Amino acid sequence: MADVRQIVIDIISDIAPDEDVSNLDDAKSLREQLDLDSMDFLDIVMELRKRHKVEVPQEDYPKLATLASCVSYLSPKFATV
Amino acid sequence: MKYDAIVIGAGMSGLAAGIRLAMFDKKVLILEKHSIPGGLNSYYQRRNFDKGGVRQFDVGLHALTNFIKKGEKGKPFSKLLKQLRLSYDDFKLCPQTHSKILFPGVELKFSNDFELLLSEISEKFPSEMDHFLKLTDKVRSFNELDLSIPYSSSRAVLKEFIKDDLLIEMILCPLLIYGSAWEDDMDFAQFVIMFKSLYFEGFGRPEGGVRTILSLLMKKINDLNADLRFKTAVSKILINDSGEAFGVVANGEEFYAPVILSSIGYPETVRLTPGMTTTPRIGAMTFMESIFILDKKIPIDQNDSTIIFYNNSNKYAYRPANHFFDSSSAVICFPDNYESLNQDGEGTVRLTFMANYSQWRELDKSSYDSMKNKVGESSLQLIKTLVPKFDGKVLFQDIFSPMTIERYTWHLNGTVYGSIDKSRDGRTPFKNLFIIGTDQGFLGIVGSMLSGISMANLHGLMGANEI
Repeated sequence: MADVRQIVIDIISDIAPDEDVSNLDDAKSLREQLDLDSMDFLDIVMELRKRHKVEVPQEDYPKLATLASCVSYLSPKFATV
Repeated sequence: MKYDAIVIGAGMSGLAAGIRLAMFDKKVLILEKHSIPGGLNSYYQRRNFDKGGVRQFDVGLHALTNFIKKGEKGKPFSKLLKQLRLSYDDFKLCPQTHSKILFPGVELKFSNDFELLLSEISEKFPSEMDHFLKLTDKVRSFNELDLSIPYSSSRAVLKEFIKDDLLIEMILCPLLIYGSAWEDDMDFAQFVIMFKSLYFEGFGRPEGGVRTILSLLMKKINDLNADLRFKTAVSKILINDSGEAFGVVANGEEFYAPVILSSIGYPETVRLTPGMTTTPRIGAMTFMESIFILDKKIPIDQNDSTIIFYNNSNKYAYRPANHFFDSSSAVICFPDNYESLNQDGEGTVRLTFMANYSQWRELDKSSYDSMKNKVGESSLQLIKTLVPKFDGKVLFQDIFSPMTIERYTWHLNGTVYGSIDKSRDGRTPFKNLFIIGTDQGFLGIVGSMLSGISMANLHGLMGANEI
Protein backbone atom coordinates (compact mmCIF):
# COMPACT_ATOMS: atom_id res chain seq x y z
CA MET A 1 0.00 0.00 0.00
CA ALA A 2 1.51 3.29 -1.11
CA ASP A 3 1.94 6.01 1.50
CA VAL A 4 -0.13 8.57 -0.38
CA ARG A 5 0.34 11.24 2.29
CA GLN A 6 4.14 10.99 2.01
CA ILE A 7 3.99 10.91 -1.81
CA VAL A 8 2.08 14.22 -1.85
CA ILE A 9 4.45 15.78 0.69
CA ASP A 10 7.47 14.67 -1.35
CA ILE A 11 6.03 16.29 -4.44
CA ILE A 12 5.26 19.53 -2.60
CA SER A 13 8.76 19.74 -1.20
CA ASP A 14 10.19 19.30 -4.69
CA ILE A 15 8.04 21.97 -6.34
CA ALA A 16 8.24 24.41 -3.42
CA PRO A 17 11.66 23.69 -1.89
CA ASP A 18 11.50 26.71 0.45
CA GLU A 19 8.36 25.51 2.25
CA ASP A 20 8.47 23.77 5.63
CA VAL A 21 6.39 20.61 5.19
CA SER A 22 7.29 18.99 8.51
CA ASN A 23 4.30 20.16 10.57
CA LEU A 24 1.34 20.11 8.23
CA ASP A 25 -2.17 19.80 9.63
CA ASP A 26 -3.94 17.14 7.53
CA ALA A 27 -7.37 18.70 8.01
CA LYS A 28 -6.40 22.27 7.07
CA SER A 29 -6.19 23.46 3.48
CA LEU A 30 -2.70 23.27 1.99
CA ARG A 31 -3.06 26.77 0.58
CA GLU A 32 -3.62 28.17 4.08
CA GLN A 33 -0.47 26.56 5.39
CA LEU A 34 1.87 26.91 2.44
CA ASP A 35 2.57 29.43 -0.32
CA LEU A 36 0.92 27.40 -3.08
CA ASP A 37 -1.03 28.85 -5.99
CA SER A 38 -3.00 27.29 -8.83
CA MET A 39 0.21 26.86 -10.84
CA ASP A 40 1.65 24.76 -7.99
CA PHE A 41 -1.47 22.59 -7.84
CA LEU A 42 -1.05 21.96 -11.57
CA ASP A 43 2.49 20.80 -10.81
CA ILE A 44 1.27 18.44 -8.10
CA VAL A 45 -1.10 16.91 -10.66
CA MET A 46 1.60 16.76 -13.35
CA GLU A 47 4.08 15.12 -10.97
CA LEU A 48 1.47 12.54 -9.90
CA ARG A 49 1.06 11.63 -13.53
CA LYS A 50 4.78 11.67 -14.32
CA ARG A 51 6.00 9.75 -11.26
CA HIS A 52 3.06 7.49 -10.47
CA LYS A 53 0.94 7.38 -13.63
CA VAL A 54 -2.00 8.68 -11.61
CA GLU A 55 -4.39 10.93 -13.54
CA VAL A 56 -6.33 13.74 -11.88
CA PRO A 57 -8.89 15.36 -14.21
CA GLN A 58 -9.22 19.14 -13.97
CA GLU A 59 -12.66 19.02 -12.35
CA ASP A 60 -11.16 17.03 -9.46
CA TYR A 61 -8.40 19.55 -8.59
CA PRO A 62 -10.46 20.83 -5.59
CA LYS A 63 -10.18 17.34 -4.08
CA LEU A 64 -6.49 18.02 -3.46
CA ALA A 65 -7.27 20.87 -1.05
CA THR A 66 -6.07 19.19 2.18
CA LEU A 67 -3.69 16.33 2.91
CA ALA A 68 -6.62 14.31 4.25
CA SER A 69 -8.67 14.88 1.08
CA CYS A 70 -5.62 14.03 -1.05
CA VAL A 71 -5.30 10.71 0.78
CA SER A 72 -8.98 9.79 0.48
CA TYR A 73 -9.19 10.87 -3.17
CA LEU A 74 -5.87 9.46 -4.39
CA SER A 75 -5.63 6.18 -2.42
CA PRO A 76 -8.10 4.25 -4.64
CA LYS A 77 -6.20 5.50 -7.70
CA PHE A 78 -2.91 4.24 -6.29
CA ALA A 79 -4.53 0.88 -5.47
CA THR A 80 -5.29 0.34 -9.16
CA VAL A 81 -1.92 1.45 -10.55
CA MET B 1 8.66 14.78 -37.79
CA LYS B 2 5.96 14.61 -35.11
CA TYR B 3 6.12 16.41 -31.77
CA ASP B 4 3.76 16.99 -28.84
CA ALA B 5 4.28 20.75 -29.14
CA ILE B 6 6.11 23.25 -31.32
CA VAL B 7 7.33 26.58 -29.93
CA ILE B 8 8.19 29.31 -32.43
CA GLY B 9 10.99 31.56 -31.14
CA ALA B 10 13.66 31.00 -28.48
CA GLY B 11 13.26 34.26 -26.57
CA MET B 12 12.40 34.44 -22.88
CA SER B 13 8.80 33.26 -23.36
CA GLY B 14 9.61 30.53 -25.89
CA LEU B 15 12.39 29.06 -23.75
CA ALA B 16 10.22 29.15 -20.61
CA ALA B 17 7.33 27.48 -22.45
CA GLY B 18 9.69 24.84 -23.86
CA ILE B 19 11.06 24.09 -20.39
CA ARG B 20 7.56 23.66 -18.89
CA LEU B 21 6.45 21.29 -21.63
CA ALA B 22 9.66 19.25 -21.65
CA MET B 23 9.61 19.04 -17.85
CA PHE B 24 6.48 16.91 -18.08
CA ASP B 25 7.76 14.63 -20.81
CA LYS B 26 6.24 16.43 -23.77
CA LYS B 27 8.31 16.04 -26.92
CA VAL B 28 9.01 19.70 -27.75
CA LEU B 29 10.53 21.37 -30.78
CA ILE B 30 11.69 24.99 -30.42
CA LEU B 31 12.48 26.79 -33.67
CA GLU B 32 14.56 29.98 -33.65
CA LYS B 33 15.39 32.08 -36.70
CA HIS B 34 18.47 33.73 -35.16
CA SER B 35 21.75 31.97 -34.37
CA ILE B 36 21.48 32.75 -30.64
CA PRO B 37 18.65 32.73 -28.08
CA GLY B 38 16.99 35.70 -26.38
CA GLY B 39 14.84 37.42 -29.01
CA LEU B 40 14.29 40.98 -27.81
CA ASN B 41 16.51 40.37 -24.79
CA SER B 42 19.72 39.14 -26.26
CA TYR B 43 23.35 40.13 -26.75
CA TYR B 44 25.85 40.82 -29.48
CA GLN B 45 29.52 41.50 -29.82
CA ARG B 46 31.63 44.08 -31.58
CA ARG B 47 35.33 44.01 -32.36
CA ASN B 48 37.21 46.36 -30.13
CA PHE B 49 39.35 48.45 -32.46
CA ASP B 50 41.73 50.03 -29.97
CA LYS B 51 42.58 47.05 -27.77
CA GLY B 52 41.72 44.06 -29.91
CA GLY B 53 39.38 41.30 -28.80
CA VAL B 54 35.62 41.74 -28.65
CA ARG B 55 33.18 43.58 -26.43
CA GLN B 56 29.86 42.04 -25.58
CA PHE B 57 26.70 44.06 -25.19
CA ASP B 58 23.26 43.27 -23.86
CA VAL B 59 20.21 44.35 -25.81
CA GLY B 60 16.79 44.69 -24.28
CA LEU B 61 17.34 44.17 -20.58
CA HIS B 62 18.25 47.39 -18.75
CA ALA B 63 17.26 45.84 -15.47
CA LEU B 64 15.26 42.91 -14.29
CA THR B 65 11.95 44.18 -12.93
CA ASN B 66 9.94 42.34 -10.24
CA PHE B 67 12.87 42.35 -7.80
CA ILE B 68 12.36 40.28 -4.64
CA LYS B 69 14.63 39.45 -1.74
CA LYS B 70 15.58 35.82 -1.26
CA GLY B 71 12.70 33.93 0.36
CA GLU B 72 9.93 36.43 -0.51
CA LYS B 73 6.83 34.53 -1.54
CA GLY B 74 3.73 34.94 -3.68
CA LYS B 75 5.38 37.35 -6.15
CA PRO B 76 5.78 36.95 -9.94
CA PHE B 77 9.50 36.26 -9.61
CA SER B 78 9.00 33.61 -6.91
CA LYS B 79 6.31 31.95 -9.06
CA LEU B 80 8.76 31.91 -11.96
CA LEU B 81 11.47 30.26 -9.85
CA LYS B 82 9.09 27.53 -8.71
CA GLN B 83 7.63 26.88 -12.14
CA LEU B 84 11.03 26.58 -13.81
CA ARG B 85 12.61 24.90 -10.73
CA LEU B 86 15.36 27.48 -10.58
CA SER B 87 16.93 28.77 -7.41
CA TYR B 88 17.05 32.44 -6.42
CA ASP B 89 20.82 32.35 -6.12
CA ASP B 90 21.19 31.19 -9.74
CA PHE B 91 20.21 34.67 -10.94
CA LYS B 92 22.96 36.42 -8.91
CA LEU B 93 20.73 39.48 -8.58
CA CYS B 94 22.20 42.82 -7.46
CA PRO B 95 19.52 45.28 -6.32
CA GLN B 96 19.42 48.77 -7.83
CA THR B 97 20.60 51.76 -5.80
CA HIS B 98 17.50 53.73 -6.79
CA SER B 99 16.08 55.17 -9.98
CA LYS B 100 14.47 58.51 -10.64
CA ILE B 101 11.87 60.21 -12.77
CA LEU B 102 13.32 63.57 -13.75
CA PHE B 103 11.03 66.31 -15.07
CA PRO B 104 11.82 70.08 -15.18
CA GLY B 105 12.33 71.25 -11.61
CA VAL B 106 11.00 68.09 -9.95
CA GLU B 107 12.26 64.57 -9.49
CA LEU B 108 10.75 61.45 -7.93
CA LYS B 109 13.10 58.77 -6.69
CA PHE B 110 12.00 55.18 -6.31
CA SER B 111 13.82 52.06 -5.18
CA ASN B 112 13.12 48.47 -4.23
CA ASP B 113 11.53 49.85 -1.06
CA PHE B 114 8.15 51.35 -1.97
CA GLU B 115 8.41 53.70 1.04
CA LEU B 116 10.94 55.83 -0.86
CA LEU B 117 8.42 56.67 -3.61
CA LEU B 118 5.75 57.37 -0.98
CA SER B 119 8.00 59.78 0.89
CA GLU B 120 9.00 61.48 -2.37
CA ILE B 121 5.36 62.01 -3.29
CA SER B 122 4.40 63.25 0.17
CA GLU B 123 7.25 65.77 -0.03
CA LYS B 124 6.78 66.95 -3.62
CA PHE B 125 3.04 66.47 -4.14
CA PRO B 126 1.68 66.72 -0.56
CA SER B 127 -1.89 67.41 -1.63
CA GLU B 128 -1.88 64.25 -3.78
CA MET B 129 -0.66 61.85 -1.09
CA ASP B 130 -4.10 60.52 -0.13
CA HIS B 131 -5.07 60.20 -3.78
CA PHE B 132 -1.91 58.29 -4.57
CA LEU B 133 -2.50 55.92 -1.65
CA LYS B 134 -6.02 55.23 -2.92
CA LEU B 135 -4.57 54.51 -6.37
CA THR B 136 -2.07 52.07 -4.87
CA ASP B 137 -4.95 50.31 -3.06
CA LYS B 138 -6.71 49.88 -6.39
CA VAL B 139 -3.52 48.59 -8.02
CA ARG B 140 -2.83 46.21 -5.14
CA SER B 141 -6.28 44.64 -5.24
CA PHE B 142 -6.49 44.41 -9.04
CA ASN B 143 -6.08 40.93 -10.50
CA GLU B 144 -3.99 41.65 -13.57
CA LEU B 145 -3.56 37.95 -14.27
CA ASP B 146 -7.27 37.53 -15.06
CA LEU B 147 -7.09 36.69 -18.75
CA SER B 148 -10.57 37.99 -19.55
CA ILE B 149 -10.19 41.71 -18.67
CA PRO B 150 -11.02 44.00 -21.62
CA TYR B 151 -8.88 47.06 -22.53
CA SER B 152 -9.36 50.13 -20.39
CA SER B 153 -7.40 53.40 -20.50
CA SER B 154 -4.87 53.92 -17.70
CA ARG B 155 -5.05 57.69 -18.10
CA ALA B 156 -8.80 57.59 -17.50
CA VAL B 157 -8.30 55.57 -14.29
CA LEU B 158 -5.45 57.82 -13.13
CA LYS B 159 -7.62 60.94 -13.63
CA GLU B 160 -10.23 59.44 -11.28
CA PHE B 161 -7.63 59.41 -8.50
CA ILE B 162 -4.97 62.07 -9.15
CA LYS B 163 -5.74 65.78 -9.67
CA ASP B 164 -2.25 67.09 -10.52
CA ASP B 165 -1.54 66.39 -14.21
CA LEU B 166 2.21 66.57 -13.66
CA LEU B 167 2.08 63.68 -11.19
CA ILE B 168 0.05 61.61 -13.66
CA GLU B 169 2.71 62.21 -16.33
CA MET B 170 5.53 61.33 -13.96
CA ILE B 171 3.89 58.10 -12.75
CA LEU B 172 3.18 57.05 -16.33
CA CYS B 173 6.59 57.87 -17.82
CA PRO B 174 8.60 54.78 -16.72
CA LEU B 175 5.61 52.46 -17.08
CA LEU B 176 4.89 53.53 -20.65
CA ILE B 177 8.44 53.36 -21.94
CA TYR B 178 9.12 50.03 -20.22
CA GLY B 179 6.14 48.30 -21.70
CA SER B 180 3.42 50.07 -23.63
CA ALA B 181 2.57 49.12 -27.19
CA TRP B 182 -0.02 51.94 -27.21
CA GLU B 183 0.83 55.59 -27.87
CA ASP B 184 0.42 57.96 -24.89
CA ASP B 185 -1.56 55.43 -22.88
CA MET B 186 -1.65 51.79 -21.91
CA ASP B 187 -4.13 49.11 -21.02
CA PHE B 188 -4.93 49.38 -17.30
CA ALA B 189 -4.23 45.66 -16.74
CA GLN B 190 -0.75 46.26 -18.17
CA PHE B 191 -0.40 49.43 -16.09
CA VAL B 192 -1.01 47.32 -12.99
CA ILE B 193 1.57 44.72 -14.06
CA MET B 194 4.10 47.51 -14.63
CA PHE B 195 3.22 49.46 -11.48
CA LYS B 196 3.71 46.39 -9.32
CA SER B 197 6.86 45.25 -11.08
CA LEU B 198 8.59 48.68 -11.09
CA TYR B 199 7.27 50.58 -8.07
CA PHE B 200 6.20 47.88 -5.58
CA GLU B 201 9.00 45.44 -6.44
CA GLY B 202 11.77 47.31 -8.27
CA PHE B 203 14.92 46.55 -10.24
CA GLY B 204 17.77 44.14 -9.96
CA ARG B 205 20.45 43.08 -12.34
CA PRO B 206 21.81 39.58 -12.80
CA GLU B 207 25.59 39.74 -12.31
CA GLY B 208 26.30 38.79 -15.91
CA GLY B 209 23.38 40.71 -17.44
CA VAL B 210 21.01 39.02 -19.85
CA ARG B 211 23.44 36.18 -20.55
CA THR B 212 23.12 34.92 -16.97
CA ILE B 213 19.39 34.42 -17.50
CA LEU B 214 19.76 32.93 -20.96
CA SER B 215 22.38 30.44 -19.87
CA LEU B 216 20.13 29.27 -16.99
CA LEU B 217 17.28 28.70 -19.43
CA MET B 218 19.52 27.06 -22.03
CA LYS B 219 20.95 24.68 -19.41
CA LYS B 220 17.40 23.59 -18.48
CA ILE B 221 16.51 23.11 -22.15
CA ASN B 222 19.59 20.96 -22.66
CA ASP B 223 19.11 18.96 -19.44
CA LEU B 224 15.53 18.18 -20.49
CA ASN B 225 16.64 17.17 -24.00
CA ALA B 226 14.24 19.56 -25.70
CA ASP B 227 14.91 19.88 -29.42
CA LEU B 228 16.03 23.50 -30.01
CA ARG B 229 17.12 24.50 -33.48
CA PHE B 230 18.78 27.80 -34.35
CA LYS B 231 18.89 29.42 -37.80
CA THR B 232 15.59 27.67 -38.47
CA ALA B 233 12.97 30.13 -39.66
CA VAL B 234 9.34 29.09 -39.74
CA SER B 235 8.00 30.10 -43.15
CA LYS B 236 4.48 28.76 -42.82
CA ILE B 237 2.01 27.57 -40.20
CA LEU B 238 -0.03 24.65 -41.50
CA ILE B 239 -3.80 24.99 -41.07
CA ASN B 240 -6.30 22.32 -42.12
CA ASP B 241 -9.75 22.82 -43.67
CA SER B 242 -11.37 23.00 -40.23
CA GLY B 243 -9.16 25.96 -39.25
CA GLU B 244 -6.92 23.94 -36.95
CA ALA B 245 -3.17 24.45 -36.86
CA PHE B 246 -1.35 21.13 -37.13
CA GLY B 247 2.26 21.95 -37.96
CA VAL B 248 4.82 24.31 -39.43
CA VAL B 249 7.21 24.49 -42.34
CA ALA B 250 10.76 25.52 -41.41
CA ASN B 251 13.81 25.45 -43.68
CA GLY B 252 11.69 23.54 -46.18
CA GLU B 253 10.90 20.74 -43.73
CA GLU B 254 7.46 19.98 -42.27
CA PHE B 255 7.00 19.45 -38.53
CA TYR B 256 3.72 18.35 -36.96
CA ALA B 257 2.26 18.91 -33.49
CA PRO B 258 -1.19 19.23 -31.92
CA VAL B 259 -0.17 22.44 -30.10
CA ILE B 260 1.77 25.39 -31.53
CA LEU B 261 2.89 28.26 -29.30
CA SER B 262 4.19 31.31 -31.16
CA SER B 263 6.30 33.99 -29.46
CA ILE B 264 7.14 35.97 -32.59
CA GLY B 265 4.29 38.50 -32.24
CA TYR B 266 0.61 38.37 -33.11
CA PRO B 267 0.78 40.12 -36.55
CA GLU B 268 4.01 38.25 -37.34
CA THR B 269 2.33 34.92 -36.51
CA VAL B 270 -0.79 35.64 -38.55
CA ARG B 271 1.39 36.42 -41.56
CA LEU B 272 2.57 32.82 -41.55
CA THR B 273 -0.96 31.44 -41.81
CA PRO B 274 -2.72 30.92 -45.13
CA GLY B 275 -5.41 33.43 -46.02
CA MET B 276 -4.60 35.85 -43.16
CA THR B 277 -8.21 35.94 -41.98
CA THR B 278 -7.35 38.32 -39.14
CA THR B 279 -5.00 41.31 -39.05
CA PRO B 280 -3.79 42.37 -35.60
CA ARG B 281 -2.47 45.92 -35.76
CA ILE B 282 1.27 46.59 -35.60
CA GLY B 283 2.21 48.97 -32.78
CA ALA B 284 3.88 52.28 -33.60
CA MET B 285 6.35 52.44 -30.71
CA THR B 286 9.97 51.80 -31.54
CA PHE B 287 13.24 53.03 -30.12
CA MET B 288 16.91 53.87 -30.59
CA GLU B 289 19.58 52.92 -28.15
CA SER B 290 23.09 54.35 -27.78
CA ILE B 291 25.66 52.42 -25.76
CA PHE B 292 28.77 54.18 -24.52
CA ILE B 293 31.82 52.58 -22.97
CA LEU B 294 33.66 55.20 -20.89
CA ASP B 295 37.31 55.13 -19.81
CA LYS B 296 36.15 55.40 -16.17
CA LYS B 297 32.94 55.07 -14.23
CA ILE B 298 30.84 58.11 -13.47
CA PRO B 299 31.54 58.80 -9.76
CA ILE B 300 28.54 58.17 -7.53
CA ASP B 301 28.64 61.71 -6.16
CA GLN B 302 27.82 62.84 -9.71
CA ASN B 303 25.14 60.26 -10.36
CA ASP B 304 24.05 57.50 -8.02
CA SER B 305 20.84 56.48 -9.85
CA THR B 306 20.57 53.14 -11.63
CA ILE B 307 18.08 54.40 -14.21
CA ILE B 308 16.93 57.95 -14.97
CA PHE B 309 13.62 58.51 -16.74
CA TYR B 310 14.13 61.95 -18.21
CA ASN B 311 11.61 64.34 -19.76
CA ASN B 312 12.26 67.99 -20.57
CA SER B 313 8.68 69.30 -20.24
CA ASN B 314 5.67 68.80 -17.96
CA LYS B 315 3.88 66.67 -20.53
CA TYR B 316 5.28 63.26 -21.43
CA ALA B 317 4.90 62.52 -25.15
CA TYR B 318 4.98 58.76 -25.64
CA ARG B 319 4.59 58.43 -29.37
CA PRO B 320 6.79 58.00 -32.46
CA ALA B 321 9.34 60.81 -32.84
CA ASN B 322 8.35 63.61 -35.23
CA HIS B 323 11.83 63.68 -36.71
CA PHE B 324 13.71 60.34 -36.63
CA PHE B 325 14.37 60.42 -32.88
CA ASP B 326 13.11 62.44 -29.96
CA SER B 327 15.72 63.82 -27.59
CA SER B 328 13.16 65.60 -25.41
CA SER B 329 12.81 62.45 -23.33
CA ALA B 330 15.03 59.45 -22.67
CA VAL B 331 15.77 56.51 -20.45
CA ILE B 332 19.36 56.59 -19.27
CA CYS B 333 20.59 53.34 -17.78
CA PHE B 334 23.76 53.18 -15.66
CA PRO B 335 24.53 49.46 -15.39
CA ASP B 336 27.41 50.24 -13.00
CA ASN B 337 25.07 51.60 -10.33
CA TYR B 338 23.90 48.54 -8.47
CA GLU B 339 24.42 47.88 -4.81
CA SER B 340 27.56 45.86 -5.26
CA LEU B 341 29.29 48.99 -6.49
CA ASN B 342 32.75 48.64 -7.85
CA GLN B 343 34.28 51.99 -8.72
CA ASP B 344 37.17 50.64 -10.78
CA GLY B 345 37.37 49.98 -14.47
CA GLU B 346 35.43 51.19 -17.45
CA GLY B 347 31.96 52.66 -17.19
CA THR B 348 28.88 51.99 -19.29
CA VAL B 349 25.88 54.16 -20.10
CA ARG B 350 22.93 53.10 -22.25
CA LEU B 351 20.49 55.70 -23.49
CA THR B 352 17.13 55.10 -25.17
CA PHE B 353 15.18 57.58 -27.30
CA MET B 354 11.81 57.12 -28.95
CA ALA B 355 12.17 56.82 -32.73
CA ASN B 356 10.17 56.84 -35.93
CA TYR B 357 10.30 53.62 -37.95
CA SER B 358 8.90 54.86 -41.26
CA GLN B 359 11.44 57.70 -41.43
CA TRP B 360 14.41 55.44 -40.63
CA ARG B 361 13.25 52.97 -43.25
CA GLU B 362 13.51 55.60 -45.99
CA LEU B 363 17.17 56.45 -45.35
CA ASP B 364 19.93 55.33 -47.71
CA LYS B 365 23.14 53.94 -46.23
CA SER B 366 25.05 57.23 -45.88
CA SER B 367 22.11 59.24 -44.49
CA TYR B 368 21.40 56.34 -42.14
CA ASP B 369 24.96 56.47 -40.79
CA SER B 370 24.93 60.23 -40.42
CA MET B 371 21.54 60.15 -38.66
CA LYS B 372 22.94 57.55 -36.27
CA ASN B 373 25.83 59.90 -35.54
CA LYS B 374 23.34 62.64 -34.71
CA VAL B 375 21.66 60.27 -32.27
CA GLY B 376 25.05 59.62 -30.68
CA GLU B 377 25.77 63.36 -30.37
CA SER B 378 22.35 64.09 -28.83
CA SER B 379 22.79 61.19 -26.42
CA LEU B 380 26.19 62.41 -25.29
CA GLN B 381 24.85 65.94 -24.96
CA LEU B 382 22.11 64.68 -22.64
CA ILE B 383 24.58 62.66 -20.56
CA LYS B 384 26.69 65.83 -20.20
CA THR B 385 23.63 67.76 -19.04
CA LEU B 386 22.92 65.12 -16.40
CA VAL B 387 26.54 64.74 -15.20
CA PRO B 388 28.15 68.09 -16.14
CA LYS B 389 31.29 67.51 -14.03
CA PHE B 390 32.15 64.14 -15.56
CA ASP B 391 35.42 64.36 -17.47
CA GLY B 392 35.72 60.76 -18.74
CA LYS B 393 36.17 59.89 -22.38
CA VAL B 394 34.14 57.67 -24.66
CA LEU B 395 36.19 54.63 -25.62
CA PHE B 396 33.54 53.02 -27.73
CA GLN B 397 30.01 53.67 -28.85
CA ASP B 398 27.39 51.66 -30.66
CA ILE B 399 23.91 52.72 -31.71
CA PHE B 400 20.97 50.68 -32.84
CA SER B 401 17.90 51.90 -34.66
CA PRO B 402 14.39 50.57 -35.37
CA MET B 403 15.90 48.98 -38.49
CA THR B 404 18.40 47.07 -36.32
CA ILE B 405 15.58 45.81 -34.11
CA GLU B 406 13.58 44.68 -37.13
CA ARG B 407 16.61 43.03 -38.69
CA TYR B 408 17.58 40.94 -35.69
CA THR B 409 14.23 40.26 -34.02
CA TRP B 410 12.01 40.18 -37.12
CA HIS B 411 9.42 42.23 -35.25
CA LEU B 412 7.57 44.15 -37.94
CA ASN B 413 8.41 47.88 -37.92
CA GLY B 414 10.95 47.36 -35.16
CA THR B 415 8.33 47.22 -32.43
CA VAL B 416 9.54 46.23 -28.99
CA TYR B 417 6.23 45.97 -27.15
CA GLY B 418 4.44 44.43 -30.08
CA SER B 419 0.91 44.76 -31.32
CA ILE B 420 -1.81 46.94 -29.84
CA ASP B 421 -4.11 43.94 -30.23
CA LYS B 422 -3.14 41.54 -27.46
CA SER B 423 -4.42 38.00 -27.03
CA ARG B 424 -4.55 37.72 -23.26
CA ASP B 425 -5.68 34.10 -23.19
CA GLY B 426 -3.27 33.30 -26.04
CA ARG B 427 -6.04 32.20 -28.38
CA THR B 428 -6.00 33.00 -32.10
CA PRO B 429 -8.70 32.45 -34.72
CA PHE B 430 -6.98 29.12 -35.39
CA LYS B 431 -7.54 26.20 -33.06
CA ASN B 432 -4.31 24.80 -31.53
CA LEU B 433 -2.31 27.97 -32.38
CA PHE B 434 -1.55 30.20 -29.40
CA ILE B 435 0.31 33.48 -28.81
CA ILE B 436 2.91 33.71 -26.03
CA GLY B 437 5.27 36.53 -25.03
CA THR B 438 4.82 40.24 -25.67
CA ASP B 439 1.56 39.96 -27.58
CA GLN B 440 -0.03 37.77 -24.94
CA GLY B 441 0.44 40.81 -22.77
CA PHE B 442 2.58 40.08 -19.72
CA LEU B 443 5.47 42.54 -19.65
CA GLY B 444 9.16 42.67 -18.89
CA ILE B 445 11.54 39.74 -18.76
CA VAL B 446 9.83 38.14 -15.78
CA GLY B 447 6.46 38.78 -17.44
CA SER B 448 7.51 37.24 -20.74
CA MET B 449 8.79 34.11 -19.01
CA LEU B 450 5.56 33.90 -17.00
CA SER B 451 3.64 34.30 -20.25
CA GLY B 452 5.42 31.29 -21.76
CA ILE B 453 4.86 29.33 -18.56
CA SER B 454 1.17 30.13 -18.14
CA MET B 455 0.30 29.56 -21.81
CA ALA B 456 2.24 26.26 -21.83
CA ASN B 457 0.37 25.25 -18.67
CA LEU B 458 -3.03 26.27 -20.04
CA HIS B 459 -2.78 25.10 -23.63
CA GLY B 460 -0.04 22.48 -23.53
CA LEU B 461 -0.34 20.72 -20.17
CA MET B 462 -3.92 21.15 -19.02
CA GLY B 463 -5.12 20.39 -22.52
CA ALA B 464 -7.47 23.37 -22.58
CA ASN B 465 -7.18 23.27 -26.36
CA GLU B 466 -9.34 20.17 -26.34
CA ILE B 467 -12.25 21.84 -24.56
